[in-house]
Amino acid sequence: MFRDLYLTFKEFLRTFGAMQLFFLRLLSNSPSIFVKRFNLVVQQVYNAGALSLVIIMVCGLFVGGVLGLQGHANLSKFNAEDSVGTFAAFSLIKELGPVITALLFAGRAGTALASEIGLMKATDQLSAMEMMAINPLRRVLVPRFLGGVIAMPLLVAVFTVIGLFGAHLVGVTLLGVDAGAFWQQMQSTLEMGDIYEGIVKSIVFGIVASLYAVWEGYNAVPTAEGVGRATTRTVVLTAIAVLILDFMITAVSI
Amino acid sequence: MADTAENIIEVRDLDYSRGRLEIFKGLNINIRRGDVTAVMGPSGTGKTTLLRLITRQLVPDRGHIFIDSVDIGTLNQKELYRLRRRFGVLFQNGALLTDFSVFENVAFPLREHTKLPNRLIRHVVLTKLHAVGLRGAADMMPGQLSGGMARRVALARAMVMDPDILIYDEPFVGLDPISMGVIVRLVRRMNDALGITSILVSHDVQEIASVSDCTYLISNGKVAASGSPTELQNTQSKLVQQFMHGMADGPVPFHFAAPDYEEQLLGRDVEQ
Repeated sequence: MFRDLYLTFKEFLRTFGAMQLFFLRLLSNSPSIFVKRFNLVVQQVYNAGALSLVIIMVCGLFVGGVLGLQGHANLSKFNAEDSVGTFAAFSLIKELGPVITALLFAGRAGTALASEIGLMKATDQLSAMEMMAINPLRRVLVPRFLGGVIAMPLLVAVFTVIGLFGAHLVGVTLLGVDAGAFWQQMQSTLEMGDIYEGIVKSIVFGIVASLYAVWEGYNAVPTAEGVGRATTRTVVLTAIAVLILDFMITAVSI
Repeated sequence: MADTAENIIEVRDLDYSRGRLEIFKGLNINIRRGDVTAVMGPSGTGKTTLLRLITRQLVPDRGHIFIDSVDIGTLNQKELYRLRRRFGVLFQNGALLTDFSVFENVAFPLREHTKLPNRLIRHVVLTKLHAVGLRGAADMMPGQLSGGMARRVALARAMVMDPDILIYDEPFVGLDPISMGVIVRLVRRMNDALGITSILVSHDVQEIASVSDCTYLISNGKVAASGSPTELQNTQSKLVQQFMHGMADGPVPFHFAAPDYEEQLLGRDVEQ
């Protein structure tokens, strides 16, 4: 049993190391691709970002609505229902915005990336590129990675703004919290540091979610089952990594 | 050993195994410049693997592959990519980029490697598509093509950079007789007109016989026989005769290694 544990741990370390090297290769190729093949990056920002907008906006609206409801129900016990705006803003900007967007991104764009790259591998498209002397890492992986990294903070911003709108809709329009108090308390308590924390999280989660998606797709076993497994692993691993990193960033910034 | 200058590709003492399965044991092959060379062999002998080794998508366990006397094992990635520009490879399943139209698939290497104006790219691509009879399908997507059409588009793409060496992996599978005839003639005509070297991996004995200058028959990880199609037809080797005439009985067993049929059906192998 100890031997099995040892071998599993060794395999984990090997995969982890290979992933770090893969990440470095992505990073080292990123500046030149960003400059020389900007059109490819824009296409991937569209694929990962614009095509995820609907799910992000719908979820943002309802998460904001729930925060409005919960905030009002609980804060009113202390006659502090005017603080529902502050409550929603802190929750959305520092935690729920980045985390839920990252989880939704993994489910929508991450799976699409992993399965697309996995299928390209399974149907020899990546091999064909190599044989045409075109490096698939630069032509396929780096633009997709950069597209995800750029799209994520933008999606987090959209999610957060729509969430605040949802909280306003429920708290002010439906439950009668004063609109002035809703916005004014938010403005006076929220600091730039809180917003920076959200921005840092959104960038880190963008890197992690995009990295897992392209890594899993590129290393998928080139069969139908292998691509399916890579897609599932993308969602599961991104979710775990995002939640662990969220805890770590929060711990550092408090 | 043949004259080095005559050989564009030389495979020397090549060993390659996948897991515990030995694919090649001391394989030696010479591919002459300007010839159409065919590689044949029973299923699972590693014909496609050999193509991947020649293009260094796979790395051999032992041995060397020389292209124009340069050992490809010594090349770094940049040199390897420069070498690969001299290759055109037709994959078994076509390997077309599914996001791009037929036109864009053929134009892809040109757009990546050259700065040709669009008008010239259009001209080149349409010429190549016309050669494989699919100029009319330029706007179609790969998903709308039959297997045979996809392979013809892939052939147009393999030719588009005017390579020195064209590698065909099972080019005749899934083609109707008309397309097959056209492609066989095209392989020969392109080889002679453009002065390129062609390597074909195929099972189609008749087509290979009509198009190749030299054929290698691979079995058990080694070259079992080589020579012109006529020489192979006339050889006395039982293995060659079995393969060339498609006979079920011979040195190459039709059945994969298995326990006794009767014993297995009666379940005695489990009881033991």
